[in-house]
Amino acid sequence: MPRPSAPADNADLLCVCRDALVRWGKDARRTASLMVGQPDYEVYVAHAEATHPDQPPLDRTAFFRLHEARRFGAGGAFRCC
Amino acid sequence: MGKLRTALIFGAIAILGAIALGVIALHQGESISAVWIVVAALCVYAIAYRFYARYLAGKVMGLNAKRPTPAVRHNDGLDYVPTPRNVLFGHHFAAIAGAGPLVGPVLAAQMGYLPGVLWILVGAVLAGAVQDMMVLFMSTRRDGRSLGDMVRTEMGPIPGIIAQVGVLMIMVIILAVLALVVVKALAESPWGTFTVAATIPIAIFMGLYTRYLRPGRVGEISLIGVVLLILAIIGGGHIAADPFWGPAFTLSGTTLAIAMMAYGFVASVIPVWLLLAPRDYLSTFLKIGAILGLAVGILIVRPHIQMPAVTPFIDGSGPVFSGALFPFLFITIACGAVSGFHALISSGTTPKLLENENQIPLIGYGAMLCESFVAIMALIAATVLDPAVYFAMNSPVAVIGDNAVSAAAAVAQWGFHITPAELEQLARDVGEHSILSRAGGAPTLAVGMAHILSGVIGGKAMMAFWYHFAILFEALFILTTVDAGTRVCRFMIQDLLGVAVPKMRETKSWTANVLATALTVGLWGYFLYTGVVDPLGGINSLWPLFGIANQMLAAVALILGTVVLFKMKRERFAWATAVPAVWLLICTLTAGFQKLLHPDVKIGFLAHARKYQEALAAGDLLAPAKTAGDMHRIIINDYVNSALTAGFLFVVLTMVVYGVRACLKARRINHPTVVEQPAAHELTLEDEAMDIARA
Repeated sequence: MPRPSAPADNADLLCVCRDALVRWGKDARRTASLMVGQPDYEVYVAHAEATHPDQPPLDRTAFFRLHEARRFGAGGAFRCC
Repeated sequence: MGKLRTALIFGAIAILGAIALGVIALHQGESISAVWIVVAALCVYAIAYRFYARYLAGKVMGLNAKRPTPAVRHNDGLDYVPTPRNVLFGHHFAAIAGAGPLVGPVLAAQMGYLPGVLWILVGAVLAGAVQDMMVLFMSTRRDGRSLGDMVRTEMGPIPGIIAQVGVLMIMVIILAVLALVVVKALAESPWGTFTVAATIPIAIFMGLYTRYLRPGRVGEISLIGVVLLILAIIGGGHIAADPFWGPAFTLSGTTLAIAMMAYGFVASVIPVWLLLAPRDYLSTFLKIGAILGLAVGILIVRPHIQMPAVTPFIDGSGPVFSGALFPFLFITIACGAVSGFHALISSGTTPKLLENENQIPLIGYGAMLCESFVAIMALIAATVLDPAVYFAMNSPVAVIGDNAVSAAAAVAQWGFHITPAELEQLARDVGEHSILSRAGGAPTLAVGMAHILSGVIGGKAMMAFWYHFAILFEALFILTTVDAGTRVCRFMIQDLLGVAVPKMRETKSWTANVLATALTVGLWGYFLYTGVVDPLGGINSLWPLFGIANQMLAAVALILGTVVLFKMKRERFAWATAVPAVWLLICTLTAGFQKLLHPDVKIGFLAHARKYQEALAAGDLLAPAKTAGDMHRIIINDYVNSALTAGFLFVVLTMVVYGVRACLKARRINHPTVVEQPAAHELTLEDEAMDIARA
């Protein structure tokens, strides 16, 4: 059996691990903020720029306040017993 | 190869689960490790998820991964956003997991651990998760419409309105019973009252911070908030011991009830960013943290179950709640086995965030299995306590008296032995004056959690900290639910009153706002107050009402699911929703009629009213009444509860009639008649134009 080229493999493994950690961290942050009714702002900006390049997207604060108001507005905030 | 691997893995899981269930079944009369219950539950969930959820997805519902979901069709980056499934799973789980799965199993532990464990597992797998998944599926196919909307379009306008009124009645009862749980936990407890009161200034500080200092920085302010909460728990111990502040924070149940009504009113009228939203962050993150902590704690400590597998109280004579195993076990444990309230969440924001139909099993079925596991953990926390402690904590004063000596004597009659000194020592360990007669689930769960968590961190010295941590975490998210629920109810009332007085519909109008909020708080406040002054502890009459209401809503959701399957011409698979619907109907109708007509005064509301009427006619006073006026109020209260029960029965019976009619009608027609959004390739030009206009 040929000896595996250890250094290169280790570097790959490190990369894979780091990427996975970064992804998990991002997902965890997104999950936590969606749990309190705040969707991802970056996703919204990307979507707004792709679909309505002519209009400026809401800024972070306006986006935050909009969702804050919706979570506790009419029809929102059903939560289990 | 893949098939063989699946067969091997799930064969092993099945064998492991069978061994765990075998251990539970064969070790009756001797204590077993809680780990066996955890293993049995996890194996049951794994098998159910891999096989039954997949069967439901493929055969029963016919999920289609190519069919665009509302999130994809209407993607606007705001309300309709395709969300990665893991993220959405967390969101959905946080929305469905509340106080219900923590309280119900603790109350049901009076019948022993076995009935509760079996119902939580069977109920979740065959009813609860099926309901959640079916509602999510139906709502996804209908642009994320709500349950009430779907009842209207699939079953007709009259059942639609009945369902809406039913939901409102359920909300009121839920808010009252949850508030009662908090009052029971905080009454005469200065430490607990102080820490919960401290959350108000902490939340206001957080609200101002996210509004003016650093808008939208939820993460950092939540961390600051949690640190402040922990300081409040530590400070609470000193406050309770203080000769001035200790008595100042020692409040009676009635004072707390009135304070909660005033507070609930204010919290739901003032702007949400000031109090409601920041407390929502704290309660959500604390809830998830505490649930994870409890799971880790159980695995590390591996406590032994002390409660017998089955107690004599299955005959209905139990001190915590009255009524025999059938039907009362099945309504006492609602959330965790099957909860109608989930139908409102599965048809709320979740379908608007779903990326693909093939994720419905994970989100709908999987999240409910997790909630069921929370219920299993709550049951474990209650049953690892000495049964004598459990019954001393959960029996009303009317049964065990108001001191440790009488309590120890009373539980000894049931065959559980503890000395009065041990009861008093336990109260001191958790930093309370007394732990007797604290029905409602929260304190028992808190002692159980303190027992488990102090085994991981801190030992006996930290027991009081963990107890008050557990009380705070429960009180915090119950209060958030009560305030947010008051707002939801307020909007529903405004909507209903708007039919007669259009001005009431204006959500920005202060008069309409204050009127509708006062009405909501008055409604749940009434039930809360009567529960607090009830000598049998209030939970005894309110929790069954809540359970009946919640299971009834589940039955309505499952009836709707059955109707939809018939209308899709998939009636040969309709048993998947029809069987749990019939079981829930049997349970709720039996329980409802027993609450109305049972001759035992502890169970039947009318029998109870009759007893007081006869005493009044003879000129006697029965506790807790001190005057003839009190007697009248108790009688009126019985009639109110009876009317409410009758209302629930009416709602569920009419839904059955309309459901059966809709199914029969769909059977006669030989093509599908559901009102779904068409699949993408069937989209008409008008639909596309509509979508563009909406975007």
